[in-house]
Amino acid sequence: MYVNQFLFLASVLFCIGVYGVIARKNAVLILMSIELILNSVNINLLTFALRNGSADGHTFALYIIAVAAAEVGVGLGLVLLVYRNKKTISVDDLSEMRG
Amino acid sequence: MIAQNIGFWIIAVLMIVAALRVVTTNNVVHAALWLVVVLAGAAGQYILLAAEFVAITQVLVYIGAVMVLFLFGTMLTRARIGAESDLNNSYKKLGIPVGLIMLVAMGLALTRSFGAEKLPDSAKVVSTQEVSDQIFGPYLLPFWALSFVLLAAVVGAIVLARKD
Repeated sequence: MYVNQFLFLASVLFCIGVYGVIARKNAVLILMSIELILNSVNINLLTFALRNGSADGHTFALYIIAVAAAEVGVGLGLVLLVYRNKKTISVDDLSEMRG
Repeated sequence: MIAQNIGFWIIAVLMIVAALRVVTTNNVVHAALWLVVVLAGAAGQYILLAAEFVAITQVLVYIGAVMVLFLFGTMLTRARIGAESDLNNSYKKLGIPVGLIMLVAMGLALTRSFGAEKLPDSAKVVSTQEVSDQIFGPYLLPFWALSFVLLAAVVGAIVLARKD
């Protein structure tokens, strides 16, 4: 197995996630795209852990999983709050900060 | 090695198709279910990369906990479950060139840097003990910090979502 096949898979997933963040306006779907990005980073870390024969990448991957879980928890709490106040979770409608 | 390669390509194609569906489908619940396919595929790739503990954690945390959160978020913020037409914003077309340019840039960088370099053939599986020795040894301080992050996230989510 080549190093690059895993890294290419990770970059394809990353770009799909970036496209999702740009193209979606539903806040829950944006959070899902961010999960795609975080997973591609994890694949990268584990590939390099295998390449270098160390367990450091595994540790970082576990930390990323934990941080992603925290991020989803807080993110969905925010989405719920926005929905309760505005009755919508479309990020295009949240324009209070526009000058 | 050949069997692993076949497994890699099957899972990779499945993951990419599912990821594309996540960002293009018109149904939030379908997007969440396609995301399960991507996450399960990622767990499979972790096993191919000799990372059994991370793969198990991926299944437990992502497919178990995060997906339930997503489905609850969908349920609590949406009156109806079904196809919707207004999930994408007006500059959706802008996303395609941005994604493609990033993909080409990363592809060029990867080809130049790693070319045809191979992963070690007889990679030993990184055992759970080794990972825990790392976490509770040199990476103890980040682990503490992470516990505080999780605590703050739990408290923050409750404070945000509480009705009062």
